[in-house]
Amino acid sequence: MAKYVLRRFISMLVTLFLIATVTFFLMHMIPGQPFEVTRETPESVRKSLEVKHGLDKPLWQQYLIYMNNIAHLDFGISMKYKGISVIGEVAGGMPISAIIGFGGVVIGCLIGSVLGSVAALKNKGFVDYFVIILAILGVSIPNFVFGSLIQRYLAVEWKLFPIQGYKGVQYFVLPILAASFTNIAYYARMLRSSMLDVMRQDYIYTARSKGLSENEIVRKHMLRNSMLPLVTSLGPMCAGVLTGNFVIEKIFNIPGIGQSMIVSIQNFDYTMIMGLTIIFSFISVICYFVVDIVYGIVDPRIRISK
Amino acid sequence: MENNSNIRHQTEIDDRLLRKEADQEDLEDALFEADTSAHEKADGMARPAMTYWSDAFRRFKRNLVAMVSTIILIIIMLMAIFQPMLSPYAYDDQDWANTNQGPSKEHLFGTDELGRDIFVRCWEGARVSLLIAIVVALLNGTIGILYGGIAGYFGGVADNIMMRFCELIVSIPQMLWVVLLILIMKPGIFPIIIAIAATGWIGMARLFRGQVFQLKESEFVLASQTMGAGSMWIILKHLLPNTMSPIIISMANVIPGAIFAEAFLSYIGLGIPLPLASWGVLASDGANKLLIYPYQLFFPALLICITMLCFNLMGDGLRDALDPRLRQ
Repeated sequence: MAKYVLRRFISMLVTLFLIATVTFFLMHMIPGQPFEVTRETPESVRKSLEVKHGLDKPLWQQYLIYMNNIAHLDFGISMKYKGISVIGEVAGGMPISAIIGFGGVVIGCLIGSVLGSVAALKNKGFVDYFVIILAILGVSIPNFVFGSLIQRYLAVEWKLFPIQGYKGVQYFVLPILAASFTNIAYYARMLRSSMLDVMRQDYIYTARSKGLSENEIVRKHMLRNSMLPLVTSLGPMCAGVLTGNFVIEKIFNIPGIGQSMIVSIQNFDYTMIMGLTIIFSFISVICYFVVDIVYGIVDPRIRISK
Repeated sequence: MENNSNIRHQTEIDDRLLRKEADQEDLEDALFEADTSAHEKADGMARPAMTYWSDAFRRFKRNLVAMVSTIILIIIMLMAIFQPMLSPYAYDDQDWANTNQGPSKEHLFGTDELGRDIFVRCWEGARVSLLIAIVVALLNGTIGILYGGIAGYFGGVADNIMMRFCELIVSIPQMLWVVLLILIMKPGIFPIIIAIAATGWIGMARLFRGQVFQLKESEFVLASQTMGAGSMWIILKHLLPNTMSPIIISMANVIPGAIFAEAFLSYIGLGIPLPLASWGVLASDGANKLLIYPYQLFFPALLICITMLCFNLMGDGLRDALDPRLRQ
C-alpha cells in the first residue's frame, strides 16, 4: 500500500508541474498585452507597470520566477485591482464556495443514493419511474435556468428565502438547492444502474442460498458493492466543489472563487486567471489523488492490478 | 411461389396415384425415383439475412420513446434549417417600436429589448448550437478513434505515454481548458468548437482504446496481419466496425454535453459574439431579464430542455438497440 501511495504521489507532483507549465505558456499565447486595453496609458506608466509585474524580462526568466514563486505558494497579485492577490481571493472565497459546493454534493449524494437504491429494489415501481424521469430532467435542464427559476419563484414571488447575497444561513438554502439538483439526478441514476447490476451477480444468489435475510443482503452485499462507482465519481465532484460553482455563484451573487474567476475573465486580469486556473487544477489533481488512495483502500483489487 | 404450389399439386396427384396403384399392386418404378426438385431450395435462404445493424434498427423502431424523440429532433433540425429562411424577420432585424413585446401573432415568442423577433432568433440559435454540438461530436469521434486506436493497437511504451498525456489533460477541469483556449482564440463559433473538442476527445480515445485492447488478439486481426495488412488498415477496417456501437452511443451523449458547454460559456460572457444568437446566448440573456420578462427565458430554455431530453432519450434508445446486454 505504501508503495502504491508513493507512486501515485510522485506522479501527482509531475502532473502539478506540467499543469503549471502548460498554463503559464498558454496564458502568454493570449493575444495583446495586459496593459494596453481600454484607456490610453502613458508610455512611462506602462513601462513601470511592466517592471512591477516583471513583464520586461524575457519569457524564460518570467517562467522561472513564476515557478519559483508557485513553489512558495505565491501566485501573484491582480493586474487590475490594487491590493488583491490570488491567494487572498482564494482564501476568502474558498470557504464560501466549499459550503455551497459540499452542501450540493452531500445533499445530492444522500437523496440521490436513497432514491436510486429504492428505485432499483422496487424495479418498475412508482419510485423507479419517478427516478428515471428525474434523472433525465436533471441532465436536460441547464443549471442556470433551474437556478433562475427557483430564484424567481421561491425568493421573488413567494418570498421564502432571500433573493441573493451572502449574509447568513438562510442565504445558503437556494444556492445549495440549485447545486444539489443535478447531483440528485446524477447519483440517483448512477446508483440505480449499479444496484441493478449488483443484484444480478452470483454472490447475491450465494447470499440468498445461505439463508441471509433480505434486509441483510441489501445492507451487507448490495449497497456496499453498488457504492463503488459513487466513490470514483466523488473525486471530480469534490474538485468541482472546491473550484466553485461558476453559474450558481453568479446567479445568487455569492462572493466565492467561481465569482472571482468570472470577474477576472471579464476584466482580462491575466495573473488572476492564470493563478486561479493553476490553483483549481491543483485542487482537482489533489482530489483525484485522495480518491485514488481511498479507492485503493475500499477496493483491494485496484492495488493488486497496478 | 408458383413453383411451390406446382410441387404441392404434383405430390397430391402422386399420392392419389399411389393409393390407386397400391390397390392394384402394380407399382411403376418411376414412382420410387428420388425427387430432387426441392434440394436446391433446402440450401437457399428463406429470407434475407438479418445483419447486426438491421436487427438493431428493428429494436430501435420498436422503442416508442426513442422513436418519438428522434422524430422531434428531426423536426427541430428542419425548423433550424428552414425557419430563418422563410421568416419575414431576420435574426438581427431591430424594431424600436416593438421592444420587449410579449408573445403575439406577429411575434410568436415575442421580441427582445432591441425589438428582435425571438422566434427567429431561437431557430437561428438552434442552427449555431446544433452546429457546434454536431461538429464537436464528429471531431471528438475522429480524434478519439485515431488516438485511442493507435494507443491501444501498439500498446507498450507508446500506449503508456499517450495515456499519461490524456491523464494530464483530464486532471485540469474541462471548463478551465475551454475558458483558457477561448481567451486565446477570441470568442466565436469556430473557437468554441475547437475549445470544447480540444478536451472532449479524451473520453472517446479511452473508450476506443479499451475496445481495441479486447479485440486486437482476435483471430480476424491475426488473419489480416498474416495477409500483410498495415496497422491503420486493421484499426479502421477491422477494429472500428467491431466497436461501432459503443462509439455511436457515446457520440450521442457528447451532443447534449456540447450544447450545455456552449450555454455555460455564453452565461459567463465568453459565448458567440453579438448579434449572432445561440441557445446559450438567448437563455442567458433571458435569465438576466427573468424577473421582468419571463417569456424571454421561457422559450429558449424550453427549446434547450426539449432538445436535451430528446438527445438523452434517443441515446438511451440507441444503447438499448445496439447493446441489448446493457438494457435494464
